[in-house]
Amino acid sequence: MSTTPTAVQFDDAVQQREAATLGMWTFISTEILFFGVLFAAYTLCRTRFPEAFAEGSRHTDVLLGTAETAVLLISSCLVAVAVREVQLGGQRIATWLIAATAALGVCFLTMHGFEYVSEYHEGLVPAIRYTQSGPSAGQMEIFFCLYYFITGFHGLHVTIGVIVLLVMARRTHRGDFDQDYHTPLEMSALYWHLVDIVWIFVFPLIYLIGRSG
Amino acid sequence: MSVNVADSPFPTEQGTDEPNPESYLDAGYGLRSWLTTHDHKRIAILYALAITFFFFAGGLAAALMRLELISPNGSLMSAEAYNKTFTFHGVVMVWFFLIPSIPATLGNFLLPLMIGARDVAFPRLNLFSWYLYITGGLFTIACLLFGGVDTGWTFYTPFSTMFSNSNVMLTVVGVFIVGFSSILTGLNFIVTIHAMRAHGMTWFRLPLFVWSMYGVSLVMVLATPVLAMTLALIGLERLLGVGIFDPALGGDPLLFQHFFWFYSHPAVYIMILPAMGVASELITAAVRRRIFGYSFMVYSILGIAVIGFLVWGHHMFVSGQSMYASIVFSILSFIVAVPSAIKVFNWTATLYKGDITFGAPMLYALGFVGLFMLGGLTGLFLAATALDVNLTDTYFVVAHFHYIMVGGSVMAYLGGIHFWWPKITGRLYSEAWARFAAIVMFFGFNLTFFPQYLLGYEGMPRRYHVYPPQFQVLNVLSSAGATILAVSYLLPLAYLLWSLRYGPRAGANPWRAKGLEWQTSSPPPVHNFDQTPTVTEGPYLYDESP
Repeated sequence: MSTTPTAVQFDDAVQQREAATLGMWTFISTEILFFGVLFAAYTLCRTRFPEAFAEGSRHTDVLLGTAETAVLLISSCLVAVAVREVQLGGQRIATWLIAATAALGVCFLTMHGFEYVSEYHEGLVPAIRYTQSGPSAGQMEIFFCLYYFITGFHGLHVTIGVIVLLVMARRTHRGDFDQDYHTPLEMSALYWHLVDIVWIFVFPLIYLIGRSG
Repeated sequence: MSVNVADSPFPTEQGTDEPNPESYLDAGYGLRSWLTTHDHKRIAILYALAITFFFFAGGLAAALMRLELISPNGSLMSAEAYNKTFTFHGVVMVWFFLIPSIPATLGNFLLPLMIGARDVAFPRLNLFSWYLYITGGLFTIACLLFGGVDTGWTFYTPFSTMFSNSNVMLTVVGVFIVGFSSILTGLNFIVTIHAMRAHGMTWFRLPLFVWSMYGVSLVMVLATPVLAMTLALIGLERLLGVGIFDPALGGDPLLFQHFFWFYSHPAVYIMILPAMGVASELITAAVRRRIFGYSFMVYSILGIAVIGFLVWGHHMFVSGQSMYASIVFSILSFIVAVPSAIKVFNWTATLYKGDITFGAPMLYALGFVGLFMLGGLTGLFLAATALDVNLTDTYFVVAHFHYIMVGGSVMAYLGGIHFWWPKITGRLYSEAWARFAAIVMFFGFNLTFFPQYLLGYEGMPRRYHVYPPQFQVLNVLSSAGATILAVSYLLPLAYLLWSLRYGPRAGANPWRAKGLEWQTSSPPPVHNFDQTPTVTEGPYLYDESP
């Protein structure tokens, strides 16, 4: 049986679980709006300056970007398996799976860090070190503004996700979760999927569209 | 129609002089017991104290503006000081009073009571929202202390990002933080309404106040993130000098306006939907009739919440937006008036053949309906593209939205505070003073803002502190009205505070109103109900009660 008592405002564990789940989904819908603003700004600026944005895309590192996408997708899969393992009673494997998810998150952040560093050396960081010249340099600066804002905001989410996952790995290891009670883990996994899904939109927008043009 | 004693608008003194030892107010007296509370009722009171402070701070700024506008030549303050005054007024009144006003105080207090729950779904998150609100408020106060901000509450770019030399960043951070407070409140309410209803409290047995909280929570959760990101982009532009919104750098200021109004128009519905919910409760209790067309009321709340998301472009008819976009936004703005009109119609129809009693809450509610209707109808003027070109940025717009926000929301908020005061505090206030204040407020309000319709129609632009002398008469009238309005706001502060100590104790249900919140004692016990209630009938069954 679950060791965590039901909070006083709830009638039973079922109600508590429903509330937590709905709360998480509501939170995810606000997150979509947060990123939605950035995607809308990106779309609008891209329609205004298609050439400069395609040029900007060509300056990004598509190889690293693809690797990051793969890492994030694999991590999302691992955490989904981890939740299933806990539901089936495999806390030990689940602990490792969650820890691996967090590790892949760190891996993602590291690769993105390498991208940022090489962009800095190329002089692609608006307002800090932007050395591009040419007719579309100014418009490309807007591309890189949005690039840093979107990937930075996403990176913030990944960082928070890694911390949450580490806490969850520890709690799973401690035996907090079992077949009956694993809501926090499930919610954390849901959050990690959000981070992943957002990236699935970021990746083509930043790295792929107009690249070959 | 005969009026028997039990139908008297005056509350009957049912209470005993003994305090209720179980009450949430007696659960602890120290500052610590308040600042660490998870009780939705105490958090509501924390909010009430904070927003009252901001209401009077913002009101003081309004008073300074009206004082300045008595004379046409700007004798009291410089143009810059005037800009900072109206910006402070706008920022404080919008984000630190109106947005949290009814949801965070009455909503927090009543929502769990009305659905028969012990608390909101996430009590700790609820307290955290209040701390976020206070943190945002401190930033705004700090901004004032460091010299204020002069962009207007709308932060239009490129002025806010490139040219303003005032404390834009502090204010933007403050509003950014307070935005999270309203997102989390909305999230909490949505989950509470979905998951915490008592047995038998089906969706179509919910009081309309709960429905309005549901609608407003949807808007808070879905619109506020857009504002937060837009403000973050402004901060970025201002700090780094990059240009997503700056036309000189290839950016698009119209994009800012789209984002800003995508939040800020729904924000108007954050302010008015709760007021509509309050009015429905107050009117049915005072008329002792079932609400006319309950399901229409529900669907119009949802309709307003949804269509309210699709009308933001009517703020940009003269901003260089595409003509076709303007036409669509104009049509949608007319359409959003339909559910609002349904609500006014249904409140009026509820009055028909009712035993109307004119207690103070009812006076506020009737004031709300009338002023909201005037504000709403003038909104139709502004939704018409051709007329709007003429009226944009004039006092007509100022009068229009003050009729909605001050005449509508503030009247309803105060009406709600009066109606539920016995429940919240366990005390009765002076009915005579309360009625007097409500009537003074109605006249003071109209004297303040009706002249502004005329001023705007004659072409006086907003946000100027000097104006041609022919506008002086109407401006003086407006300032005189503002004085009366100020008195009528100070009156409740005085007699409500007085009632806390000297008011007679209220019984559980002084108005003999329906609704679960009246079935528990006043003030309610910590976990609201001694026994979790079971609901067997719909709301507002006044005409069927013996």
